[in-house]
Amino acid sequence: MDKYNLNNSFKAVVIGGSAGSFQGIVKILSQIPKTFHLPIILCLHRLKHVRNGFVEALSIKSVVQVVEPNDKDQIKKGGVYLAPSNYHMSIELGNYFSMSTEDMINNSRPAIDVTLGTAAYVYRDKLVGILLSGANRDGGLGMKHIKDKGGLTIVQEPTECMIDTMPKAALALTQIDYTMKVDQIVEFLVELDKHYK
Amino acid sequence: MIQDIDIADLKKITELIQSKHGYDFRNYAMSSFKRRMLRLLELKSLTIEALLKKLNDQPGFIDEFLDELTVNVTEMFRDPGFWRSIRDEIIPGILLNHKSFKIWHAGCSSGEEVISMTIVLQELGILNDVQIFATDLDTTILEKAKSASYPIKNMELNEKNYIRYEGKGSLKDYYKEDSGRAIFNKDLLQNVTFRKHDLVKGEVFNKFDLILCRNVMIYFNQTLQNEVLKKFHESMFKYGYLAIGSKESLIWCEVANKFLVVNNEEKIYKKVKD
Repeated sequence: MDKYNLNNSFKAVVIGGSAGSFQGIVKILSQIPKTFHLPIILCLHRLKHVRNGFVEALSIKSVVQVVEPNDKDQIKKGGVYLAPSNYHMSIELGNYFSMSTEDMINNSRPAIDVTLGTAAYVYRDKLVGILLSGANRDGGLGMKHIKDKGGLTIVQEPTECMIDTMPKAALALTQIDYTMKVDQIVEFLVELDKHYK
Repeated sequence: MIQDIDIADLKKITELIQSKHGYDFRNYAMSSFKRRMLRLLELKSLTIEALLKKLNDQPGFIDEFLDELTVNVTEMFRDPGFWRSIRDEIIPGILLNHKSFKIWHAGCSSGEEVISMTIVLQELGILNDVQIFATDLDTTILEKAKSASYPIKNMELNEKNYIRYEGKGSLKDYYKEDSGRAIFNKDLLQNVTFRKHDLVKGEVFNKFDLILCRNVMIYFNQTLQNEVLKKFHESMFKYGYLAIGSKESLIWCEVANKFLVVNNEEKIYKKVKD
C-alpha cells in the first residue's frame, strides 16, 4: 500500500539545507537504496573558501559517491550531485548543470533558491523538492517555484530541525505537501524508488 | 516585478541586439542569461517591450545594457591554490624557455585577476619582463579595471585570499586608502594593455604564453565554449598554458587532444599540438 500515492513520473530529487542539515543529509544518503533511480541534486550552504573536504565527508557514508559537477555536465540517473563552493548551480533545459559566479543571494553562493528554482523550471511537475534545517530564508522561494510548477514539496519537520528558519520560510510562502522527519523522508524516498523497479 | 521571461521574449531581445548592435548572445547559457535579464528589467524598471524599444531607439543604451548583463563579480586571488600554482609551477615553466612573455586575461571584468597577476609577477621580480593584455566586452567595466580602484569593503576578502596565497607581504603594500576606496599603485599596470574584445565575434589578435579565462565561459553554452576554446588554442604558442575556472573543463571539446592537463585541480592546461 502506497500512502503517498506516488508514481514513476518523477525525474529528479532536489534537496536544500543549511545549518543543522548535515546529519539529515548523511542519513538520507546512507539509507536510500544503492540503486536509487533518480538523480539527487544537493544544494547546501557551505564555507566559500573551503573547496575540498565537504563532498568527501558526504561520500563516506553515502551509498553512492557524491560528486561536484563541472559546468555543463550532464545529469545522470542515479547520480548524487553537490553544488560546489562559491558557485551558484543551475539546471538547464537539456538536463545538465551550469555554474555561475553571480552575486550572492540571501548571503549565499551557492544559493538554494537558484538550484531549486531552475530545477522547477526544467522538471516542472516531475520534481521532488526537499528543504531541511537552516538558519536563513534561502530555499523558501525555490520551494514555492517547485510547488507553482506542480512539483512535490517536502520540508523537514520544524521541531526536528536544529534551526527551523528555512523550512518555516517555505511553509510561509507556499503550500507544502509534506512536513516530515528525516526518517520519514528516507521512507518516502524508498517508497518512491519502488515505482522504478 | 516580472517573475519570469518566455524563451520567445529572450529570443526577441537577442535577435535585436544581434541585428542592431552586432553582439551575439544566442549561445549564452539560458538560466544565468535569464536571471541577468530579469535583474536588468527590475533594476531599470522596464517591461520587455520598453527594453526592446530602448535597445532599438537609444544608441547609447547598449553599453549600459552590456554592463548590467555581464557578470562582474570577481575577487583578487580567488582560489589561492590556483595562484600558488601559477607562481610555483606555471611561471617557472614558461621562464625555462623565455625571459620575457605575454599573458592574456580574457574577460578581465573589473581587473581583480589582472591586479593579482601583476602582484605575483612583482613579487617574482619579473613584472617588467611580462606584457599583459586584458580584454572585456564591457567598456564600462574596462574603465573600472584601468582605474585600479576598488571599494575598501572588498579588501577584507581579497586580503584573506592573499594571505592564503602566501604572498611576500600584505596586500596593503600595493594600495592606498582614499575616501573608502583602495587605490592600487599604478606602476603595477604599466605593462598592461586594456582593450575591448568580444570573445564570441572577436578575431585572434596575438599569440600568448599564458591565457587566463576563469569563470567566463560558464556563461556560454557548449557550442560557444567550443568555438572560444578553438580561438584560445590558435592564440597560444606551442607549450603555452591555458587556465580556466575550477569547475570548468575542456576534456570534451574539439581541441582537447591538443592540450595536456598540467594541474587538474586548478584546471590548468598546456598546449602540446598546433
